[in-house]
Parts: sequence; structure tokens; C-alpha cells
Amino acid sequence: MTDVKLSDVSGPYFGEYGGRYVPEALIAALDELDTEFRKAADDPEFAAELQRLHREYTGRPSALTEVQRFAAHTGEARVFLKREDLNHTGSHKINNVLGQALLVKRMGKKRLIAETGAGQHGVATATAAALMDLECVVYMGEEDTRRQALNVARMRLLGAEVVPVKIGSRTLKDAINEALRDWVANVETTHYLLGTVTGPHPFPEMVRQFHRIIGEEAREQILERTGRLPDVVAACVGGGSNALGIFNAFLDDKGVELRGFEAGGEGIESGRHAARFSGGALGVLHGARSYLLQDDDGQTLPSHSVSAGLDYPSVGPAHAWLHDLGRATYEPVTDDEAMEAFRLLCRTEGIIPAIESAHALAGAMRVGKAAAAEGRTGPDGEPLLILVNLSGRGDKDVATAARWFGLLDEGVATEELERQEGRG
Amino acid sequence: MSTVTEPATGPQTGSSTSDLIARLRAQENRPALVGYLPVGYPTVDRSVEALKTLIDHGTDVIELGVPYTDPVLDGPVIQAAAQGALDAGARVRDVFRVVRELTEYAPHVPVLVMTYWNPVLKYGADAFARDLAAAGAAGLITPDLIPDEAGDWLAASETHGLDRVFLVAPSSTPERLRLTVAASRGFVYAASLMGVTGERSQVGSRAEQLVADTRAAGAVNVCVGLGVSTGAQAAQVGRFADGVIVGSAMVRPLLSDGPLTEDEWAARLTDLAEVTEDLAAGVRSARATAPTDPSAAVTPGGATTPGEAP
Repeated sequence: MTDVKLSDVSGPYFGEYGGRYVPEALIAALDELDTEFRKAADDPEFAAELQRLHREYTGRPSALTEVQRFAAHTGEARVFLKREDLNHTGSHKINNVLGQALLVKRMGKKRLIAETGAGQHGVATATAAALMDLECVVYMGEEDTRRQALNVARMRLLGAEVVPVKIGSRTLKDAINEALRDWVANVETTHYLLGTVTGPHPFPEMVRQFHRIIGEEAREQILERTGRLPDVVAACVGGGSNALGIFNAFLDDKGVELRGFEAGGEGIESGRHAARFSGGALGVLHGARSYLLQDDDGQTLPSHSVSAGLDYPSVGPAHAWLHDLGRATYEPVTDDEAMEAFRLLCRTEGIIPAIESAHALAGAMRVGKAAAAEGRTGPDGEPLLILVNLSGRGDKDVATAARWFGLLDEGVATEELERQEGRG
Repeated sequence: MSTVTEPATGPQTGSSTSDLIARLRAQENRPALVGYLPVGYPTVDRSVEALKTLIDHGTDVIELGVPYTDPVLDGPVIQAAAQGALDAGARVRDVFRVVRELTEYAPHVPVLVMTYWNPVLKYGADAFARDLAAAGAAGLITPDLIPDEAGDWLAASETHGLDRVFLVAPSSTPERLRLTVAASRGFVYAASLMGVTGERSQVGSRAEQLVADTRAAGAVNVCVGLGVSTGAQAAQVGRFADGVIVGSAMVRPLLSDGPLTEDEWAARLTDLAEVTEDLAAGVRSARATAPTDPSAAVTPGGATTPGEAP
């Protein structure tokens, strides 16, 4: 165990977190998936095919962009963005989806199911299903189908069936419940293409493996650009796939500080947030043992965030482990802070980020300002280097942002926007 | 994280549930009827009345559900009742109170609590087992806890002498059947089909094979659930199973969109009694000489009538 690098730790457990808290009916399929995943990991043909898709379809490697005008607002730091927003379908989600879809082809299954909150993972899954000729059903909370009507249309254009989930809180959590129920009933023909680093083993490990390319590319790029490693790596954390993807390459670089930013929503004291490390406790949800927002009876509490992608009451078990190890730290960023960073990046750099990613930008601003206040710099007095994972682009969030900043002329507000306002 | 240890008492023996199943097998040549209702639906007090109705009309073992926000192995009927119970303010501590009321009302009826794992984890596995045992419950049915993850629960259930009912499914490999059977006590819960709880027009055709495979893996008692909703289905399953587990069909008569008056509630209990009697007749006719006319079965809920010798 002591010889295993943090970046290579495998499931089913990350410290005391993870596991397989699912009905027995799913265990055979999870075992099959685990076996296929490990076979593929050793198969150069699989790696070559995935690499080809990354290059020719997704557009990898994604760029690394230094943002000097934005950085002027973050103390004395230099800030670099890993541009996952430039990937095909607009976020990091495609990395995992293509990897799993290739596994599905190898397993001979013909049907994909997926959950989605904001719709990014659903769109990516529908995309891979179209590309690889697979049937695709996406479960989405009814609330979210209304908030993200455009992404529902995108998925349908791509040939997927979108099923609005009308039970429970009608959001991401309930979409996952419904996908699990579908999977139990159809597991022999169907793969559940889970979209983040949570769920039962092997998902947390497997999804990390398919996203580790983010950090590996970024590490190489920043070394080439600056001649050294970053001082701080910042990412937003919902389920935690983009964060783990970029953190992973730096886990064994002891000098690199890893900072995860959760949805602080309207503030921890408001109770309306998704800050599992501030307001959560040990629990089990959707197959994994991790930090969980729950009440005294172990009932799952509803989460809240302006960004649907961070609006989830639990977090990937590897993050819980890194948190307890002290290898990464996690703190909340409020809706207000995230939206301020969102606007700043738009105005200073001409990049519209996903609101999820804006939490990481706000976190980077906080880190940079604190460093300036403390007189902290990089080695030899060089500017602090902050690497931010810009996990997705903000096209999907234009309606929310327009409402937030009051950018719409009188009378233009669509019904969808009215609903979004009514959400608060 | 956990190691599955062979229970000191041997698989599935030494519990009130397995004693009851053995007695029904020996004396009445019939399977047990296991009936499910959630605590707290529509209210805690009314759920106790409904559970007593199950007992009065021929249910042999009570499966008492803990309402939970994320019941991934339950279909729409039980989801609706669980949500209704939570909306009405049901708490985990109500489970202990209801167990106590039921075991005082009918000491001969084992009460197994069915719960997803997180409420137990939050309460503390040992504390939960201690309070459950003190209330008189027979044990736990754990739909999202496999023996591989159950180290704390195996220890707590040993300490407090409780049944551990784990599930097996048509997809379970022989190796997993052996593992699960070895970890279980009371009985093994065989899911009749791949899917969630709910009423279905036909019981899964894989149920009989699964029961046979589970016995081959060493199980003494195998009860079948998921999809059984009528007396005829109970009779069909009861030919090969040691118990027939019914949930949604018992919950359905109680479902309503709003509060019920006393009279309306009484009518629901009458409906529930009818459903229960039909199922009770089913298990009592399952192995009768002439197959299978449930209407000709013995009166449910009455004194035990010795079954025909096989």
C-alpha cells in the first residue's frame, strides 16, 4: 500500500470511502464491468482507439490558456485555464463518456442509460450513443428538464429518449434513483453510463481513469509554458469528476496545493447549498460511502446551487479520502461569488464559462487575493501559479446569467426564464 | 473492508423467523406469508392498525419498512407510500415503537425491519441493532447492503441476536449465492425477477431456479419476493419457496392522495384484509393435494390446520 502512488490507488475503497452499496442484482454487472475495464486498461488497441477519438472527435489535447486580464483581479498570481470547455459537446464529460461507450461496445451491450442534471452528461452520452449506434435513454429530473429545456432538445436531436423524473425532489438525485431502477430491471442488456466519480465500484475509479488525461495534459503544458509545476490547482466539485481528473496528475507532487470548490449556494448558514464537506457527514448514497448532506435520520437532504451540475448531496469517495488525508482541501463558493467570477471572465477574456466552472474561478480569485495579502509567492519570489480547470462552457447557462444580471430587455423574458427566477 | 464470517449459530437457524418457517413446514406443509408495509403511512398510528390487519388476516411474518428518501429497489407504489410517510413526519425512532406494539400484540409473529442502509449507518449499526432487539424485532432485511459491505452489521447482529436477511437475484453467481447464504440468518430473500418491487401479472419464471440454486448453495429457508400480488401467484410461488413476500399489493389499498376520514380509512382496512386473506389462502393451498384452487383453502388467520402429508 505504501508503494502505491496516490494517483494510482484503485477501488473499491478509497480509505474508508467507496464500496458497493447496491442491490445484489447489480453485482454481477458491476463485476463484469470491472473485469472489462481492467482488460481494456491493459489492451493497447483500446488505448489507441480512445486516443484516436480524443484527437479526431473531441479535439484533444485541450488548450491551456493564460488569462492575464482576469489574473489582474487575483492579486499577483498568474492564472492558467485548462480549456475543457473547448471539447466537443462543451465540457470534460465527453472524456468519460467515450471511454465507457467503448467498453460497452466490447461488452456487446446495445443500450445506454444515463442520468443528467444540467444536461451536459446527458448530451455527451447521447452524442456517444449516436456515434456508436447505441440506444440511449437519459433520466432527468422534471425540474431540470424545465430549467434546461435547450439541452433536452439537444439530446432528442441526437436520438436519445429523455425521461423526465417526476418523483422525489425531481432533480439529479432522483434521476440517478430512476436510472438505477432501470438498470436493475435491464442490466443484462443495458449499461448505466454514470457521469461522475461516485456510485458503486468500479465507477469512481473508472471515471477517474477516463478523466486523468485532463491533469496529465495540463501538467505537461504548464511545465512547457512556465518551466515549473503550478503552486495551486483549482477545480469545482459536484460529484467531482473534473476535479479528480485534473488533481490526479498532481497528487504525488507534494508541493502542489489542490483546492476543490463546492457549491455554497446561498451560504452555508442558509441551509441552501451543496457543501458536503462543510455541512455533510459520513453516509451512503447511490452505492458509495462518502460525505453526504443528510438529516439526523439519515434521510438525504435537498441540495441547492445556481449551477445544476454542482447540485448534488454527495461527492465522489476519492474526494472524501483526499479530504481526510489533507491532500486536497474543499471549501464552498456562494452563488454570488461564482456569478461575479463568471461575469469577470466574460468581460476580461471573452470566455463564457459554465457556472459550475465559475466556482473554480471564484476559488482561484480567493486563493490569489489571500496569497497577495500574505505576501505569498511562488519559488524565488516568482508570481504564484494557479491552474484552473475550466470544465465547461457557459452556452447552457446564458439564460440563467441573463436573468441573474438583468440583461434582458423588458418583455423578452421567456417562460423558461420566469421559471428560473421562480426557482429561488 | 469486511470479512464475511460464518455465523456462530450456522446459516439461517436459531432465529424466531427460521423456527416459525420450520414449524409451518413441518406442521402445516406450507410456506409463510411475509407481508410488507412501511412505518408511518399514512400516519404512524394508522400504520400500526394496518399492520395489525395483516396479522389478523393470515400474515405470518411482518416486513416493516423504514421510509427512506432514495429507495432504489422500490417501484412506484412503495415509493409513494414511503414519501407519504416522510411527508407526514415519520421518523426512524417510530420504527422501534411500532415494533414494540406489534410484538406485544402478536408475540408469535416475527417482525423483520426492511431498511436501506443509510438510516442504520447514521443511527449506528450497533445502536440500531441494540434498540431493535430491545423492541422485540427479529432482525433486518437490507436491500442495498451486500454481505461484502456488511462487516458492522454482521458484528452487531451477532451481538444482539438478530436475523440478517440478505437478497439474492437471478443474476447472482454460484459463488455469490454461497457468500450470501453463509452470511444470512432467518431466511434468504430471493428476488423473483430482475427489477424493483411492484405488482406484475406473472411471477418471474426464474424464481424457481433461483430458489433451487440458493438451496444448493446451502440455504435452509428461501423466501421469494418481487412481483407477487395475488393468491394464485402466492400459491404458485409457495410450491417451491419457504415463504412468499408481498409488498406493493398490500400497500396499494392504503394509497390515497389526501387524508382519509375514519370511515374511508376503515374501508381501506377492509380492502387490505381482503387482499391479505386472498394471499393467505394462496400460501395455504400452495402444496395442497389438488392443485390449485385458492378458494378451497383453509380459513386464513384461524387456528393452524395441519397440512396434508406430502
